Amino acid sequence: MTFITLQSLEKSFGATPVVRTFDLTLEKGEFVSLLGPSGCGKTTVLRMVAGFETPDQGDIVIAGESVLKKRPNQRRIGMVFQSYALFPNLTVAGNVAFGLRVAGMDRAGISRRVDDMLAMVGLSGLHGRFPWQLSGGQQQRVALARAIAPRPQVLLLDEPLSALDAKIRVSLRTEIRAIQRELGITTLFVTHDQEEALSMSDRIVVMNGGRAEQIGTPQQVYDRPATRFVAGFIGTLNLIEGQVSRQAGTASILSAAGDLPLPSDSAATGKVTVAIRPQAMSPCAPDQGNLRGTLRQIEFLGAFTRLHVTCAETTVQADCFARDLPPGLSLNQTIGLRVAAEDCVVMSG
Amino acid sequence: MNLHRVTSWIAFALAAVYFLLPLVATLEFSLRARRGVYSLDAYRNVLSDPQFHQTLGYSLILSLATVVLGVLIVAPTAFWVRLKLPRLRPVVEFITLLPLVIPPIVIVFGYIRLFNTSSVLPLTGSAGGTDFLLAAGYATLSLPYMYRAIDTGLRAIDIRSLTEAAQSLGAGWTLILARVILPNITVAILSGAFLTFAIVIGEYVLAALLNRPAFGPYMVWMGGNRAYEPAALAVVAFGLTWAAMAVVQTLAGRAKHLNTSR
Amino acid sequence: MSAQPQRALSVWLGVVPFFAFALVFLILPTLHVMLGAFQTPEGAFTLANLGGLMTGSILKALALSLKLSLWTAALGCGIGLAVAGAVTRGGLPPALRDTVMTFSGVASNFAGVPLAFAFIATLGRLGLVTVLARDWLGVNLAATGFNLISFTGLTLAYLYFQIPLMVLIITPALDGLKKDWREAAESLGASGFQYWRMVALPVLGPSLIGTFALLFANAFGAVATAMALTGSSLSILPIVLFAQIRGDVLQDPHLGYAIAFAMIVLTGLSNLIYILLRSRAERWQK
Repeated sequence: MTFITLQSLEKSFGATPVVRTFDLTLEKGEFVSLLGPSGCGKTTVLRMVAGFETPDQGDIVIAGESVLKKRPNQRRIGMVFQSYALFPNLTVAGNVAFGLRVAGMDRAGISRRVDDMLAMVGLSGLHGRFPWQLSGGQQQRVALARAIAPRPQVLLLDEPLSALDAKIRVSLRTEIRAIQRELGITTLFVTHDQEEALSMSDRIVVMNGGRAEQIGTPQQVYDRPATRFVAGFIGTLNLIEGQVSRQAGTASILSAAGDLPLPSDSAATGKVTVAIRPQAMSPCAPDQGNLRGTLRQIEFLGAFTRLHVTCAETTVQADCFARDLPPGLSLNQTIGLRVAAEDCVVMSG
Repeated sequence: MNLHRVTSWIAFALAAVYFLLPLVATLEFSLRARRGVYSLDAYRNVLSDPQFHQTLGYSLILSLATVVLGVLIVAPTAFWVRLKLPRLRPVVEFITLLPLVIPPIVIVFGYIRLFNTSSVLPLTGSAGGTDFLLAAGYATLSLPYMYRAIDTGLRAIDIRSLTEAAQSLGAGWTLILARVILPNITVAILSGAFLTFAIVIGEYVLAALLNRPAFGPYMVWMGGNRAYEPAALAVVAFGLTWAAMAVVQTLAGRAKHLNTSR
Repeated sequence: MSAQPQRALSVWLGVVPFFAFALVFLILPTLHVMLGAFQTPEGAFTLANLGGLMTGSILKALALSLKLSLWTAALGCGIGLAVAGAVTRGGLPPALRDTVMTFSGVASNFAGVPLAFAFIATLGRLGLVTVLARDWLGVNLAATGFNLISFTGLTLAYLYFQIPLMVLIITPALDGLKKDWREAAESLGASGFQYWRMVALPVLGPSLIGTFALLFANAFGAVATAMALTGSSLSILPIVLFAQIRGDVLQDPHLGYAIAFAMIVLTGLSNLIYILLRSRAERWQK
């Protein structure tokens, strides 16, 4: 069931377009990430949903009702900011209670809800603390509790983890996702961190230059990047340029580094770029691989080992587990790299 | 939003009128000495008054003495406290802020009682002694400004490394202060100096109660006896103050520039 | 073994000139005055001097000083806040803000004789505004009951340095109000009014009260402006003290000590309030 519809949103600041014909629908309870580099328009989309920016064109529908005419304080939205934005004059409990007080809830109800919310974010007993007495991670938990306390219909998260230390970032993202699932609240999450987007989302919108480059599940976006931008933005990727050749029923891609198999469902012709994940390349004997090159570097990265192989002019990376490494590898030797047809993502141009 | 902006403009415009009107009026008033036409008569009268030259000269010399005294007391202390006695910083800071808390008239009252002719240190007994007392009083009043300016200047440079570098090259303390530290905080000292100058040049209470022929008491005397000349004097005083403050602002801007270009 | 204490001693020698100066020219004179407030001319302890504050003319001067300081502090705070608000978040061009701040830096130091002359030239009997009101509008300012040599006139003059001081101090505090707070409040359903009542004003509170205290002290200790503007026709406390020091009026120096003592206590207390509230406000701004 579609819960939120963003329809052909357009927004410019002065003469600079920031968001161009942006379309997106969210299911009830879905967690969708807007992922992209800074300046790609993701925050502007979020702020338009919140009501802090007005779109030049398009419509925003929440629960079957256009919200464009509503002010931010009428939209029943919970928002979490990168800067936490806790009210410094209020205690933890006072912050969480803010939306409830504004809504005119009675004292007992407020107190019960505040207790529940603080328990949910794991801060029971910190009611009386002030924001400046809390760590960054604790502050952001309070901010989350404050945002969900009035039971909003939509949760908007604006880079909520970016200001935190790496360790807390990882643990908090798991927690945010768990709480979101538990409440079943439809959530729009803005981030520039691909790992966050991949690990937390039901779906990801990869944005660039104000447009959605690709909308899909984390798996789809990772495995089947639709554009070169998406391919380059998410994860490490080897890009090899070549020429499609179809002869006698077999199709392949000829490149300076060797010949690559063309996926059977591809109708590509002419010059193409092939994107291959490092873990889809496995080392083998020089004459058995699709690509052939010189081994330049062996990087041990703990869980796996990364090989840097120079094939013709380009250097590609191949990741493999220690047990898959051919024995007796040495630098500057010639090796082959095998790639399966389904791991080659062909992009024209 | 638009209404908001209109209100802002109105608030700003009202404030501008309130603050600019007295300045314009003073200028206009000072030109009215001759009946019916604008003239520079008031200025001519003022400039031809030997008292004007004497009192302004006295205040200029006194402000110079105040600046020298203030720098001599504050600069080495601020330096020393930063380098060797950081524990003492809150105490020194507190003392330098006291002149903002204690009204000047109270301080000078204390001077008159404490340094009278029958005391251990009879400074008020002689003109020279009183001049020194007045300079000391002004240096006291300028302590908050002088200390803050110099301390900010010291914070901007790494005095520890500079000092140690100089010491390793065989320099003694006098040489370090005079050749290494002072040149590096010149801008800060100058801005403190001009601020002090702006405070001292037209000061009235201390000079009047210590009975010295300074510019402030002269202005008040003129105020009681002439009509248009006081406005001319006010223009002169404003001009001097503005010039001094403009120098301070420019210096502050330059210091900022120096620090960011590092 | 003896080298170390000697070294420690020489470290302290570096600050001796400063402390000696502060002692002789700041602390001792102040202490002398404060102690004198509790002494008879013969040096015995007494509370009679402080009691003397509660007599007729001095009590009146004290009340007038309090009234003047409270009024100029309150008006200075209110108007200064409006001006600071206009330049920080009123959508005015940024260049205007720099101009206002620079001007405030200068004007907050304007208390003194020239300021009084400027107001005489503006609103005095022959002042520009008075003349223009008469010639252009046909309004006789004096007939409307306005007199520059009065409480109102003095208040107007004091505001010339009180408002800029407020602007200087409160602008950083206004800058400290984060845009995110407002948006967070709105997203939680709060109206603009609710945001101001529940967040912005409480956050600004310490700065506002603290600055009020500072302005109060600032007005309470000032003498020269009032002296040059009103002569001694308006007896505020510092003018009474001035006259007393000059030996014009009272013949009892210990009563003078008591007046000075009262001034120190009042300005000291207000400054203490300012410092305490300021540190609290700074903690919040982090």
